Amino acid sequence: MDPTNVQDPNYYHRVVDCQWACPAHTNVPEYIRLIAQGRYTDAYMTNRESNVFPGVLGRTCDRPCEPACRRGRIDGSPVAICRLKRVAADLRGDITELLPRIPAAKNGKRVACIGAGPASLTVANDLMPLGYEVVIFEKHDKPGGLMRTNIPAFRLPASVLDEEIAMILDMGVDIRYDSPIESMGALLAEKFDAVFVGSGAPRGKDLELPGRHDTDRIHIGIDWLESIAFGHVDSIGERVLIIGVGNTAMDCCRSSRRLGGTEIKVMARRPRPYFKASPWELEDAEEEGVEIVINHAPKRFVVEDGTLLGMEFERLEWDQDARHSRTIDTIFMPCDDVILAIGQENAFPWIERDLGIEVGKWDMPIVDEATMQSTRPGVFFGGDSAWGPKNIIWAVEHGHQAAISIDNHCHQIPVTDRPPQGMNLVTQKMGISEWSYHNDYNPSPRQRMQHVDLTERFKRLELEVELGFDAEQTAREVQRCLNCDIQTAFTASLCIECDACIDICPVQCLTITPNGDEHELRQRLSAPADNLDQPLFASEALPQTGRVMIKDEDVCVHCGLCAERCPTAAWDMEKFELKIPYAGSVMWSSR
Amino acid sequence: MPSITKPKVTHPGLRKNELELTVRDYEGAMSTLCAGCGHDSVTAALVQALWELSVPPHMIAKLSGIGCSSKTTAYFAAGAHGFNSVHGRMPAIATGANAANRDLLYVGISGDGDSLSIGLGHLSHAIRRNVRMLYIIENNGVYGLTKGQFSASADIGSRSKRGEPNTVMPIDPVMLGLSIGATFVARAFSGDKQQLVPILKAAARHRGFALVDVTSPCVTFNDHEGSTKSYLYTREHDLKVTSTDFVPPAPEILATIPPTGHALIPMHDGSLVRFHAVPPDYDPTNRVAVMDYLQQHHDRGEVVTGLLYVDESVEDVHELNNTSHIPLAQLPYERLCPGADALERLQERFR
Ligand SMILES: Cc1cc2nc3c(=O)[nH]c(=O)nc-3n(C[C@H](O)[C@H](O)[C@H](O)COP(=O)(O)OP(=O)(O)OC[C@H]3O[C@@H](n4cnc5c(N)ncnc54)[C@H](O)[C@@H]3O)c2cc1C
Ligand SMILES: Cc1ncc(C[n+]2csc(CCOP(=O)(O)OP(=O)(O)O)c2C)c(N)n1
Ligand code: SF4
Ligand code: SF4
Ligand code: SF4
Ligand SMILES: [Mg+2]
Repeated sequence: MDPTNVQDPNYYHRVVDCQWACPAHTNVPEYIRLIAQGRYTDAYMTNRESNVFPGVLGRTCDRPCEPACRRGRIDGSPVAICRLKRVAADLRGDITELLPRIPAAKNGKRVACIGAGPASLTVANDLMPLGYEVVIFEKHDKPGGLMRTNIPAFRLPASVLDEEIAMILDMGVDIRYDSPIESMGALLAEKFDAVFVGSGAPRGKDLELPGRHDTDRIHIGIDWLESIAFGHVDSIGERVLIIGVGNTAMDCCRSSRRLGGTEIKVMARRPRPYFKASPWELEDAEEEGVEIVINHAPKRFVVEDGTLLGMEFERLEWDQDARHSRTIDTIFMPCDDVILAIGQENAFPWIERDLGIEVGKWDMPIVDEATMQSTRPGVFFGGDSAWGPKNIIWAVEHGHQAAISIDNHCHQIPVTDRPPQGMNLVTQKMGISEWSYHNDYNPSPRQRMQHVDLTERFKRLELEVELGFDAEQTAREVQRCLNCDIQTAFTASLCIECDACIDICPVQCLTITPNGDEHELRQRLSAPADNLDQPLFASEALPQTGRVMIKDEDVCVHCGLCAERCPTAAWDMEKFELKIPYAGSVMWSSR
Repeated sequence: MPSITKPKVTHPGLRKNELELTVRDYEGAMSTLCAGCGHDSVTAALVQALWELSVPPHMIAKLSGIGCSSKTTAYFAAGAHGFNSVHGRMPAIATGANAANRDLLYVGISGDGDSLSIGLGHLSHAIRRNVRMLYIIENNGVYGLTKGQFSASADIGSRSKRGEPNTVMPIDPVMLGLSIGATFVARAFSGDKQQLVPILKAAARHRGFALVDVTSPCVTFNDHEGSTKSYLYTREHDLKVTSTDFVPPAPEILATIPPTGHALIPMHDGSLVRFHAVPPDYDPTNRVAVMDYLQQHHDRGEVVTGLLYVDESVEDVHELNNTSHIPLAQLPYERLCPGADALERLQERFR
């Protein structure tokens, strides 16, 4: 193996599994340590810098960081990263003074954003401090996009949403409610310096089966949730069938439970391992008495004289990996209402086809993955509007990248000029056998989120179900974090090959061995390095024997013992801080 | 003191031995030796060897004297028995323990000061008696614990940390052992576990006194330029005369041993020590030839390492003294202490 290039921020970044997996690269271990120190406001601001909506995301994030978390590979359960984010948001102090200053003198550039969802709001958040004038056109009379209209209040209280959106709008954003954009051409004629399309994927998929249009008791999930959010719907029949088993289905069944449903079934075509819904959402729905029925394919709606009686399903039997199915029989299930939650689509009827904004497959705009720019310079897409439904944290990351592009575009810099990431590495040594961080491994199990009692839970539609971690749970959960950003940094020239680090490592990460190619080396380390997703570090040749130091990053618990037992300080524990560029970042020198 | 004890967390792929124990189950307390001390590496090699041999920890007795090296019995096999003796007296304790219980694996850990200065007499007699034990000298050329005075193994001309050369003849435990009838003699280096682990395994299976002299640098007082017991010096002057494998007594493994280019020594319990690429003039069973070989290479300034000499034919302490097969602790009280009448009858025989 060639010596690892640790000058490239990507190497150490990848070691911080959660941060690497987070679309916005939130500095997770840093904010968890800040929570541990009781510095909730600082923890909140660390979050806000990259993910903009810590209070919202601390309750609703899809949390791609958690399956990636190293702790999951050690004791089977990742750190409760997401709910710790909520702790920071719930306990923070006043942050008014910490928010970016908005210059009184504007830079003369005007940017239009379509839709007031998280993507557009992030664009505004990044551009307002640079002196831009940002105009958001929103078709509803409230901001937030699907965060407000579709995520039920029992998961995300309106107050939390309002507060975090206000931080952005109060920067002086010119937001125009009840202003649907009906013609892109007309908007472009207004001569904005850039246009950002953050209109989401607003159309719920329909299910064209016999009987579909013979009753008004069949609802499209996202429209139905929106009607609840705006107070247009406040009841449902007792027996409800939800078609589909994604996250929307979970919100639909749990909302039904609160509007009068007593016998609620979520109907899935495939077996459980193939569900789209996150495991924790399934768990929450089942806790509320929702039944999840597998291997049932909808066949027809049974309607008599305009009254929905129920639905027919084919019962399926699947092969090994659920690729092919066989129909066993057809059964009837009675119901009063059906909610369709089988996916969302994009729809841009208001974008004229002669504007140079090209579309590709399924009429989706062609958008560059790095710059978020469409085929028409100055028109950008982000969030669900770019490549279909994703989630809030992706919408935020798209917003950050689009803001960089817009800033470039407005300053005649090619949008493809991306500001580089940087890094800081600072030793954490405070003295002999003394580190600035809590380096011991804490064997606590993952803390369980407490929920409002089932007897209380359904009394009010908007009653938040999760109570958040209490002080003790927080204290335990923060100590489960392995501080993966405190990196083991190696200086080959200092090593005397005494083996002290190798002998002390509790999880056999280290080996001194003759060099070889990576594949072969992985087989002959202190412990076989079978997890190919995790990198090996290889040092330069060691001075005494010419062998190399190899570290398998896979299950390092960052205990610092290697550095502590090294007589020559060849190993050191150094805190890695990823410098993430944002629009107008000072570290970008090509300006 | 280290900031934390080694966390109990383990690698998810950690293997288990025949007793369903992991290598971590053979560890002991956290070492308080200096960071980088060779002794810690010897401990790690011993942990590995005992795990690979699947020795039940409660069937091990750890014995030591005084010194940094002697402290290390606390750092492995937490479930074993232990005895920390007065400076240099460990071989005597080990002899007594042997007589009382022949079922345990005796692991003695000593230093060059403990064994070659104050304890030299005791060591010599334990060798002569062929006391059944694994005896490790963690040899660093100094009294580490008392801050680096030259020990009896310091070479002539080797310089102390402050620069003074040693002027007194060294005692080489390997030559000493060979000259008084040791039946298993090896030399190794703490910085080379590939060599050390199989030697320790073979030594643990030897039927008599297995002397393993391990060059184990004192990183604090004897790892500087001018020292002949430093990491760098040892690496530059190491001559591996033999390279060995320990082969446990399993027929399927026996069958895979290629006959040529190797020497095979059967151990008493049926296991084998396999020597690879032994130099043509080297015979690890010929005491005189081995001593001759070592002398020649010593004169060239080379540190000869490997399993140097084995003799499995000599009677051990138990055969020589007809000791009890049943550990004294397990003898019924009436046999252990047959009473005044029995004593009277015994004494009668000598009147
Ligand atoms: C039921 C449901 C639950 C979900 N739960 C979660 C969750 O728990 N966690 C998570 O991370 N994600 C969740 N999501 C997904 C998440 O809400 C979206 O991915 C995210 O909101 C997309 O953000 P966006 O800014 O791209 O668009 P949106 O949030 O969709 O916002 C688009 C905005 O544009 C407005 N708009 C649309 N067209 C026009 C127009 N022509 N003119 C003016 N305004 C217009 C809309 O009114 C809307 O306000 C959920 C989605 C659904 C449907
Ligand atoms: C009877 C007695 N005399 C002297 C000492 C002081 N003393 C303690 S350790 C030691 C030498 C230890 O040297 P060595 O066995 O080489 O161990 P190392 O520390 O080098 O591993 C001496 C002389 C003592 N503890 N007891
Ligand atoms: S910090 Fe060092 S000793 Fe601790 S687990 Fe990682 S490599 Fe091993
Ligand atoms: S402890 Fe330090 S000097 Fe010893 S082998 Fe490890 S890195 Fe090298
Ligand atoms: S003084 Fe020397 S022998 Fe003692 S612990 Fe320190 S390095 Fe090891
Ligand atoms: Mg010594």
